[in-house]
Amino acid sequence: MSNESSSSSSSSRSSSGKPLKRIHLAAHFPGVNNTTVWSDPQAGSQIEFSSFAHLARTAERAKFDFLFLAEGLRLREQNGLIYDLDVVGRPDTFTVLAALAAVTDRLGLAGTINSTFNEPYEVARQFASLDHLSAGRSAWNVVTSWDAFTGENFRRGGFLREEDRYARAQQFLEASWRLFDSWRGDEVLADRASGAFLSDPRAGEFAYRSSEFDIAGRFDVPRSPQGRPVIFQAGDSEQGREFAAASADAIFSRHGTLEAGKAFYADVKSRLARYGRSPDSLKILPAVTFVLGDTDAEAHEKAELVRRQQVSGQTAIRLLEQVWNRDLSDLDPEGPLPEADPLVGEHTVAQGRASVRMNRDPLAVAREWRALAEAKNLSVRDLVIEVTGRQSFIGTPARVAEELNRFVQEDASDGFILAPHLTPGGLDEFADTVVPLLQERGVFRTEYEGSTLREHLDLPSPTDTRTKETT
Amino acid sequence: MPASPAASPSSSPAASPATSPLHLAVALDGAGWHPAAWREPDARPKELFTARYWADLAAEAEHGLLDLLTIEDGLSLQSEHPFEPDARTDRVRGRLDAVLVAARIAPLTRHIGLVPTAVVTHTEPFHLSKAVATLDFVSQGRAGLRVKVSARVDEVAHFGRRAPLPLRLEELDSPAGLAALAESFGEAEDYVEVLRRLWDSWEDDAEIRDAATGRFIDRNKLHYIDFVGSRFSVRGPSITPRPPQGQPLVAALAHRGEPFRLAGRSTDLAFVTPHDADGARAVVAEIRAAQRAAGREAETVHVFADLVVFLEERPGSAAEQLARLNETAGAEYTSDARVFTGTSAELADLLAELAQAGLSGFRLRPGRLPYDLERITRGLVPELQRRGLFRAAYEASTLRGLLGLPRPANRYAAPAADAAPAPAAAVGA
Repeated sequence: MSNESSSSSSSSRSSSGKPLKRIHLAAHFPGVNNTTVWSDPQAGSQIEFSSFAHLARTAERAKFDFLFLAEGLRLREQNGLIYDLDVVGRPDTFTVLAALAAVTDRLGLAGTINSTFNEPYEVARQFASLDHLSAGRSAWNVVTSWDAFTGENFRRGGFLREEDRYARAQQFLEASWRLFDSWRGDEVLADRASGAFLSDPRAGEFAYRSSEFDIAGRFDVPRSPQGRPVIFQAGDSEQGREFAAASADAIFSRHGTLEAGKAFYADVKSRLARYGRSPDSLKILPAVTFVLGDTDAEAHEKAELVRRQQVSGQTAIRLLEQVWNRDLSDLDPEGPLPEADPLVGEHTVAQGRASVRMNRDPLAVAREWRALAEAKNLSVRDLVIEVTGRQSFIGTPARVAEELNRFVQEDASDGFILAPHLTPGGLDEFADTVVPLLQERGVFRTEYEGSTLREHLDLPSPTDTRTKETT
Repeated sequence: MPASPAASPSSSPAASPATSPLHLAVALDGAGWHPAAWREPDARPKELFTARYWADLAAEAEHGLLDLLTIEDGLSLQSEHPFEPDARTDRVRGRLDAVLVAARIAPLTRHIGLVPTAVVTHTEPFHLSKAVATLDFVSQGRAGLRVKVSARVDEVAHFGRRAPLPLRLEELDSPAGLAALAESFGEAEDYVEVLRRLWDSWEDDAEIRDAATGRFIDRNKLHYIDFVGSRFSVRGPSITPRPPQGQPLVAALAHRGEPFRLAGRSTDLAFVTPHDADGARAVVAEIRAAQRAAGREAETVHVFADLVVFLEERPGSAAEQLARLNETAGAEYTSDARVFTGTSAELADLLAELAQAGLSGFRLRPGRLPYDLERITRGLVPELQRRGLFRAAYEASTLRGLLGLPRPANRYAAPAADAAPAPAAAVGA
């Protein structure tokens, strides 16, 4: 963290004398899983623009780095039916982000865009356009998928082999960078007197060939304020970590214990040198949940209540089915776990969920959960709440501020992507109570200092790929 | 409520009363449609890639109570050649994605319809469907879409997924040319069908938030669209609920047979390029015939004539200005659409005359931006209002409403059990 001192003359130092790291914060629009509580009287629309504008304005008022939108390109199904227990229905990512650029000035606008069911020319012009229309605030969370289930919604159809998905994602990014960098940024003269609109008749020329792509021509969006969007990578597989170290500006990671966070952080940051990158050039931002209260005890009571809203008996059964890979609709959620073991092999029960695909050995999970249920005498619902539901940070604003800061100062993360459980007001209290405490500690900005997202995240300017090639 | 053009087919154009209000759209493209427009003193060529430029144009168009604005787009750098790139540096090159420009200006406007152009040849109907549905949400019911078929060879290479269409400008009427046109417009028709099915794939009351049963949606009111065509298949349902208008407006620019067929079969609004009243009458007849052939005679399909306009308040001055612009550009300006030069009053005369041929409105392409847009909103519009040919205030809050189109029933919804007339439930957002 030695080369971070230049811009932080006023910032405090920790007791050890080390300069305090500055925390990065983002707002995750509540998603289409059971974390989002829709049954609460305060829960608003997941689709009306006013909900997106509300969350964005709260995040900007609190000087957050960015707002984040997830994406899924097919409605989830379980047991062959559209899943109906969670929030369903989302907007188009690009379109909402472009509209949010009209109601915010500084907030970064980040969205997930799939590299399997899109083409580089179109995605690059959408991101370059969004970056122009937001004056340099765009970010792209690159995700890959390989399932034929989602492919059924696309004319290209088909899918990738699982082992090809990172290759396509990597090549998709390389192709996109070629497109972004096809304009240097000085071509638009618009000189009335001489009649030269462009300085270069070849502006935008590009070509990219790889195993996945064979494209060439001229890109039609001049270089955008950030040059290219900030790049996010989600997921913590070995391939995902390496992909991030090579190509991403930030990792959207999973939150765990302080120790697990430190190990992940150290691992990923250590990979950067191989790509000629500094540790600061990749930010690690786990997605977290929180519950606030006037006292720690009250916060824990609220958290318990929220968990029971998030995991109804029916939801518990459905989540269990995703591990067991069997229809368990006859199971009593208030009773014990099923006696039969999970079905191993191809997942057939649930489709369209990243979390299902990420499940590790289901037999081991089942053994672990049975042991836990027996030890604590938990019903199915209690167990699911226990293993899936616990919020990341629970307590008074002071406690939550302290713990968030600890994760960052002890190098378990560089900040957080906060996922409120209520749409659209779920971040309001955090903005009003926790953020000022972080500001008092000197670990969070009180005003935006830059205007682009890259500046908010203290990221270096992107290296022009053409420069790289010629050196 | 504007008269339905479908209700008065081309057989009796004279029956259309001269006082029937016109619809007006403005076509936004770069610094205007004349290639030298960017060099005009009030042009803003360095701002073409900023949100403020487009927001200002939209505000001006809305100030003039226009029905809608369109935004040109393509998947290649602009060029003088219809199918291939050029290496010119003296004309506007580069542009932003039109759907995103429309989304960016949506929260800043309240009444005007927003109709971006999108190429259907290389894009995914699933993505475009949810993008336009989302534009409808962020604009609270003002979204439309102009679908565009691309025959450009450079766009094919930008995507690298298919062979170029065997189309040559000089061979459009050869058997091979006609077959290629039929194929690409047939594909566009399939594409629009998928857009429309996806918009209907959620019934309006699919979201139930029923705490008692724990169900957020009634999954019986979500529908697989199961489109299977010779060119592609799409399963559905959309990830985006049914948009406020139910069906956002679909438009197409059409110059000849196959595009007229697409306009009549698939769209709500056709932009056409007749050069006089007789030409307009013939075009309207072709579109009405396609509409009847598709069994859509009960539906309203608007036909707007495109005109490139250069406006000055002093008689004769606009022609001089065009000559000056041509000299700057080094070439006579030509267009697929009729090029009009004159005063607001002269343009109002022309619009009134052409409207007699069965057109329900006009899409004006300003030769210079913002100059000719301001002449439209501040000169032409008051002139038409004086003649009772244009609205004095916005009378509806949705684009379909402005165009007198009902909110359509959902194709997948079971008909209402009671015998009440269907439109009663369908009107209003």
